[in-house]
Amino acid sequence: MTVRHALLAAAILALIAVPYAITEQYYVNIASQILLYAVFALGLNILVGYGGLVSLGHAGLSGVASYAAAYLLAAGHGHVVAIAGALAAGLVTTAGFAALSLRASGISFIMITLALGEIIWGLAYRWISITNGDNGISVATRPAPFGLSLASADGFYDATLIVFLIAVAACAIFVHSPFGAALAGTRDQPRRMNALGFHVWLIRFWAFMFSGLLSAVAGILFVYYNEFISPQALALTASAEGLLMVISGGAGTLLGPVVGAALVVIVKNVVSAYIARWNFLLGAIFVLIVVFMPEGLVPGTVRLFRVAWRSARRPKPATAAAAATPAGEPKP
Amino acid sequence: MTFWLLLTVNSITFGGLLFLLSSGFSLIFGLMRIPNLTHGSMFMVGAYLGTTFLSGTLGFTLDFWAAAVIAALEVAILGALMERLLLRRLAGQQLAQVLVTLGVSFMVADLCLMGWGGDPISVATPAGLGGFVRAGPAVFPLYRVAVIGIAVVFAVALWLMLERTRLGAMIRAGVDDPQMARVVGIRVSRLFTIVFGLGAGLAGFAGMIGGPILSVYPGLDQDMLPLALVVVILGGTGSLLGSFVGSIIVGFIYNFGQALLPELAYFVLFLPMVLVLVLRPQGLFGGQVL
Repeated sequence: MTVRHALLAAAILALIAVPYAITEQYYVNIASQILLYAVFALGLNILVGYGGLVSLGHAGLSGVASYAAAYLLAAGHGHVVAIAGALAAGLVTTAGFAALSLRASGISFIMITLALGEIIWGLAYRWISITNGDNGISVATRPAPFGLSLASADGFYDATLIVFLIAVAACAIFVHSPFGAALAGTRDQPRRMNALGFHVWLIRFWAFMFSGLLSAVAGILFVYYNEFISPQALALTASAEGLLMVISGGAGTLLGPVVGAALVVIVKNVVSAYIARWNFLLGAIFVLIVVFMPEGLVPGTVRLFRVAWRSARRPKPATAAAAATPAGEPKP
Repeated sequence: MTFWLLLTVNSITFGGLLFLLSSGFSLIFGLMRIPNLTHGSMFMVGAYLGTTFLSGTLGFTLDFWAAAVIAALEVAILGALMERLLLRRLAGQQLAQVLVTLGVSFMVADLCLMGWGGDPISVATPAGLGGFVRAGPAVFPLYRVAVIGIAVVFAVALWLMLERTRLGAMIRAGVDDPQMARVVGIRVSRLFTIVFGLGAGLAGFAGMIGGPILSVYPGLDQDMLPLALVVVILGGTGSLLGSFVGSIIVGFIYNFGQALLPELAYFVLFLPMVLVLVLRPQGLFGGQVL
């Protein structure tokens, strides 16, 4: 039992205790929002942080799942069918995204995913006979798995927490698996990986699918949380917000996207109570973080702490501390 | 018949507008290797600034063309400043540069909403172009025909600039091989500022020219940016001819899609882009400036 494990257990206990510690529903709902956005950011981080492929169309993937669930529910199907259908729709769309966008990498990848995300948004906005256009689709009920109702804020929080913990565990296993190592290899040295006999395209494809799966799960949580879906949730702003979560927290770390999701959701809710200029703040935070702390808050803070820790213990070799490898270099 | 003729003229007009927007986008992409995600914002800011000069809220009223030119110059300065102060700090980090342009685009959109409000602002057709042209059974608004003319003039001017001037030769060299261009003594970083300002100015000008057709409204930036992206992916990055042909193609698809398949208009719009990506990833005219 190391310090790391103890911290992990404490964090999980704290997360479980949230609805008991906070009685006000509003804050429990914000906690649910953080967790569901964290699932989305974790999914995006697989691609951005570990695959080195920056996607600006991920809101389209979660949006397709949201719309599929809402559409199936509105058509009178049960929750099981709706969720299964949403996952299937999300994965099929992801496969399409991957097939088209993985022809490129780097900047072209950004442009293609952006354009694909805009297609999905355009469909949601204009294909009115299916999506009800700008008015969106309402969802009447939340599911009640095993007889536990998710209608209350606490109940929904608990369900979201379970999904979130599974997502974190899945990401941890994924990242530490040989496949995760291979993915990081394709990020750092795609040509060498190719020369070593790894199928770079296929590795990226399955990473994209995993990322899309998490996005679809987040989309399902999103539609049940809001009990409503409209094209707004698929706009470029939503994709950019997700990317901000990943980058602000620290791309290529497990904890980073979660911290980033908390940061964005809290700032968004707290700030929107005072000023209506949330988009300006989003942009400004984005610019500041990219310019001044490109590795993200989590690795940045860890680095600062490490430097401080070492210089406190051994005041002499300050250069050794400065030369210590940073936790996450910004990846092109 | 009249319907088709009208749709065709509208398509070419829109294509011309897209060319003004995307030629700068394409040059910036070709030279700096980044998609400038503020390009839609430049378009919108140009239109907003232009309407302000027209409305007389500043205490004076300008002629439409003067307003368009001054708005374009202002946007050009803004673009050059952004390159100088923000993107220059991140030289060589293309991903960071793209993210910064994305962040700035959100800031600009919100500032415009704050400054000009959420209501669409319509722009009056410039004096003398409010009439109509009769061609057989069809009647076209004169202004739309004039936009086509403006686009052609700009296309020729840009072509001459790139082909015949020293600056154009330096830009072509920079697009072709920035390192080699540096070696032979071209200050590529100064070209970045010039091309960024030029592209921004063109986008701002296009915004004002498009005003009488599209009007100005919040979200105009997000409507135009994907169109510029599609044009550039279709035509090939950094290619003037590519953005010209791409603009016309997209203009046609956009207008015919809206008229014939309104529900799937966006889908149809992006379809050729997907086809090009699959069959010819470098774009129709990728790899050459002219």
